Amino acid sequence: MPINWPALIIFIVLFALITVLGFLAVHWRRGDLDLLHEWGLAGGRFGTLVTWFLLGGDLYTAYTFIAVPALMFGAGALGFFAVPYTIMVYPFVFIVFPRLWSVARQHGYITAADFVRGRHGNKWLALAVAVTGIVATMPYIALQLVGIQVVIAALGISGSGLAGDLPLIIAFVILAAFTYTSGLRAPAAIAIVKDLLIWITVIVAVVVIPIELGGYAKIFAAVPPAKLLLPTPQGPSLGLYSAYATLAFGSALALFLYPHSVTGVLSASNRQAISRNAAFLPAYSFLLALIALLGFMALAAGVAKAPQFAPLIKQYGPNASVPALILTMFPSWFVGVAFAAIAIGALVPAAIMSIAASNLWTRNIYREFLRPDCSAVQEAQMAKIVSLIIKFGALAFILGLPLQYAIQLQLLGGVWIIQTLPAVIGGLYTRWFHDRALFLGWLAGIVAGTAMAAAQQFKPIYPLHLAGVTIPTYAAFASLVLNFIVVIVLTPVFNAVNAERGHDQTQASHYV
Amino acid sequence: MEPKPPAEGPFRLWHLLLVLPFIAMFWVSSYNRVEPTWAGIPFFYWYQLLWIPIGAGLTLIVYFATHRQS
Repeated sequence: MPINWPALIIFIVLFALITVLGFLAVHWRRGDLDLLHEWGLAGGRFGTLVTWFLLGGDLYTAYTFIAVPALMFGAGALGFFAVPYTIMVYPFVFIVFPRLWSVARQHGYITAADFVRGRHGNKWLALAVAVTGIVATMPYIALQLVGIQVVIAALGISGSGLAGDLPLIIAFVILAAFTYTSGLRAPAAIAIVKDLLIWITVIVAVVVIPIELGGYAKIFAAVPPAKLLLPTPQGPSLGLYSAYATLAFGSALALFLYPHSVTGVLSASNRQAISRNAAFLPAYSFLLALIALLGFMALAAGVAKAPQFAPLIKQYGPNASVPALILTMFPSWFVGVAFAAIAIGALVPAAIMSIAASNLWTRNIYREFLRPDCSAVQEAQMAKIVSLIIKFGALAFILGLPLQYAIQLQLLGGVWIIQTLPAVIGGLYTRWFHDRALFLGWLAGIVAGTAMAAAQQFKPIYPLHLAGVTIPTYAAFASLVLNFIVVIVLTPVFNAVNAERGHDQTQASHYV
Repeated sequence: MEPKPPAEGPFRLWHLLLVLPFIAMFWVSSYNRVEPTWAGIPFFYWYQLLWIPIGAGLTLIVYFATHRQS
């Protein structure tokens, strides 16, 4: 493909704009960035509106914008599980996460592992939560780069070796630099620009593209019947029905356990900001649903058969479907806007994820186990440096290893992070669980969930057999159930042998 | 279990409203169909789309009902 100059110029201008914004953000709601909670949590100064932009930019990532329509394009109706997923996540957030915000503010917790340490008084359980968070986040950061890679290729920039990778490396150096200087303030400021660009792009796309393709009826008529609905279950099996529902439910339970979500929640300045956002964030879910439908529009527009996109599709598979659709439907300047939206949409979550992971490392591993006597300034400095290491680790990962590894690891990341639910969410409501039982439940869930995914060649759905019925289930959900069973069975056992319980710093009044 | 803070007690009933989106979305067989279509969009798609504002609306109702007196 030849270089698309008008699109490229707009793309570079918008990218330069957010770079400046990222560095200027250091002055926004000014705080002492030599303190970890200022650098890594923006001092908890964000109101309802900024939290809305920040969480929207954080949770609805570039990878989401590329991969969800790609799944619709490739697999059809099953890919729409992203919609019930986001429908289920916010009622859950509304009920549960204001409690986490309150107790964290009371005690100065900046990570979920901080809370687990304080509530269950077991540093090994907190370590398990911290390590799970870091490991689950790494491949997620790597996948954000895929979003940037696809749009750079779609702009017509290609090359082999270092020259081909150079644009991605430049984008990452910029990201690393402004995250280092401005901390969480940078992605929060950029998220506002990114979200405006995404909203414009998607609204234009869902109005203009159906008009050009002859209406929604024509678009859905172009979808093969087998992809239009979930297949009706056959025989003694719940088929894709249980797969669809548990994928949505398990993903919804897992989403806010990710470190970058917790960081977004805890950076809010007040408890109401969390409850209100549980009602306002669904606006992004609507956006996501429309984006999912772009996958069908790409089918109807016939991008898979268009000869000019053959190299792009060959290299990136269904992930190229939306960029190809945008190139087909829009003038070059608008292509530049849309592609910038996707690329900037990768930087925001990548920045927050790296900050969240370095908060975990610094607070729950470095200060807990390696340097308990480190000063507040040393702690913040450590986090800044680790955020750089994490980002360049992700970059090396995506440049050096096949994409398939990152996708499989991200899938496993969902299976792993959900295992922290009994300790974190359970802990918000009860002290009944014994901390040692929580640790063993976590371990059982990690081992069983990984084994289930591995047995299916790293596909998310595992066919459970219960009483002669096959129940295809999301491995994360099935292994979470096992985790809970282990915790509930072992808690009375540990109590019976008078196993020592960790000290609880918190009181019931700290949660409300 | 810890005793629940008394202030939240009577408001917890409102939270039951938030169970509805889960029931609706888990009941896959109720919406895995093409008809009735709306503006050319099969039922499967527009029904789930519709649940996004319903879910947000229920959350808002619960928000106002439980925050009024606190």
